[in-house]
Amino acid sequence: MQWFERQRNIIDFTLSSLLRRKGKNAALLVVYISVVFVLSSVMFFTHAIRREASLVLQGAPEIVVQRVIAGRHDLIPVGYAQKIVGIRGVRSAKVRLWGYYYDAVSGANYTLMAPDQFSHGEGAVAIGSGIAQSGSYEEGTIVPLKSYNGTLLSFEIKKILTGASELVNADLMLMAETDFRSLFGIGPSLATDIVVEVMNPREVATIAAKIVRLLPDTRPIIRDEILRTYDSVFNWRGGILLVIFFGGVLAFIIFAWDKASGLSAEEKREIGILKAIGWETSDIIVMKFWEGLSVSLAAFLGGITLGYLHVFFASSSLFEPVLKGWSVLYPDFRLVPFIDPLQVATLFMLTVMPYTVATVIPSWRAATVDPDVIMRS
Amino acid sequence: MITLKDMKKVFNAGKPNEFTAVRGVTVGIEDRKLTVLKGPSGSGKTTLLSIIGCMARPTAGRVFLDGRELTSLPERFLTGIRRSTFGFIFQQFNLIKGISAIENAMLPAYPTGRPRAEIRRRASELFELFNLGGKAEARIEWLSGGETQRVAIARALINAPAVLIADEPTAHLDSILSREFMDIMASLKREGMTIVMASHDPIVYESPAVDRIIEMRDGGVVGEVAS
Repeated sequence: MQWFERQRNIIDFTLSSLLRRKGKNAALLVVYISVVFVLSSVMFFTHAIRREASLVLQGAPEIVVQRVIAGRHDLIPVGYAQKIVGIRGVRSAKVRLWGYYYDAVSGANYTLMAPDQFSHGEGAVAIGSGIAQSGSYEEGTIVPLKSYNGTLLSFEIKKILTGASELVNADLMLMAETDFRSLFGIGPSLATDIVVEVMNPREVATIAAKIVRLLPDTRPIIRDEILRTYDSVFNWRGGILLVIFFGGVLAFIIFAWDKASGLSAEEKREIGILKAIGWETSDIIVMKFWEGLSVSLAAFLGGITLGYLHVFFASSSLFEPVLKGWSVLYPDFRLVPFIDPLQVATLFMLTVMPYTVATVIPSWRAATVDPDVIMRS
Repeated sequence: MITLKDMKKVFNAGKPNEFTAVRGVTVGIEDRKLTVLKGPSGSGKTTLLSIIGCMARPTAGRVFLDGRELTSLPERFLTGIRRSTFGFIFQQFNLIKGISAIENAMLPAYPTGRPRAEIRRRASELFELFNLGGKAEARIEWLSGGETQRVAIARALINAPAVLIADEPTAHLDSILSREFMDIMASLKREGMTIVMASHDPIVYESPAVDRIIEMRDGGVVGEVAS
């Protein structure tokens, strides 16, 4: 009980001490919150973007077969799918139709796809939220698209897509196969590529080798390779954030060092007075510990809350220009809110602990002086 | 009863600026009396007060409080004794700016673990006693010289110490405030408090409340007057 009362008394004094230096402590808190905000935003963002990547890959095909002419990707004959299905171990081989469309009005590239089952029929499209926003499109709007021979084809927007991973489908436009073919002038015997499903995932590499043997002008791309590509794209983004992260950590170290190395003459005098009137060195350390903890905990909670809101509710607006946009369209980027306790603990260790230590150590040095020094001041 | 035996205090021992502040002092401070250490600057008064009040350790010699030797006690115990037995009034009063007068007075009691309400009650009683009732929540820098002095006295008494130690308490006060201070000391002595003061102010050592004057010079005791 006595221990609690002692802590309570010391905390009371610590808080009133902090309040009397309102300006200085408010400035310190603002700097500190900003540092934690940047660090937590980076942590939340990199983690969430990796989750997005794994979400994308969940639906990725095991093998994609492309035709290659003179080392470049070319349209693949639809008949190749039948040949591939004939290979033992292949469950299915489906042709895909997809490509890019440059919209001069919005200055953006759309990703166009003709899915297997397009329920809205011909003359209709389903668009990603990014496209909808860029052109202020709604369901029912007619979108004119310029075909390969210059004629304009009109499509009615039947659906605005909202998917689990907006990062990928923001610039997506889905349409019927016939519409796709007439838009790009692709004959019924050709497709963009073929996706292959295998029966035993461990045989993917073997089947890929068999495909190359059977169809020497093709290039099978297995999921691991796609994974590597996505990974490098996401990591590139994460890498930039890592630079910001280290910048933030560096700023924090300088800030903490400044705090650690500088006890003002006034603070030293106060420590001397407290010692002289009967406070033990340990009481002063406890007081400074509470001071460091209350400032850093307030900054930590404030910064991490702002970081959370920034990443998950404000679409990481501060990072947007650097980090996002699959093409030119920026997705309305609502990452799935997620907190990794380990990340929070890491951030806590990186910010609260060093600051608290940085507050305690110089005070401990000052508090070990003989109290009679104050008698002579 | 506080007893000092062959007390010696050397600062910066072994260095070119070595200085002996107190040399071979043996003296006893009686309970419930007001004792003044009188002497010019540099005579060793403040050093002796620091040693009596367990603020500094002597280089040689021994200190006894009611027969118990304090010299060899570890720092923690010494602080405990300092907190419970002694109250201090400093030359500059050394109050903490920016916090209220009453919180300043309450500060020495915080580490004792007494409930805050109890500490505040005791501080309020002392503030009433010293006519500071209306100034409890005022910041220390807003108070007059006399009020500051009384807050310093209230702070020294918050833990109900048996001994009050004051170092040149009137050095920054005018004559009226100095006399007022001595009146307060006289009333505390009547209530049974032991008071030890260092001063070279005639208002202090000529006060009728003083029981004994120990004259010091060059770190040693050169005479004693009992009044």
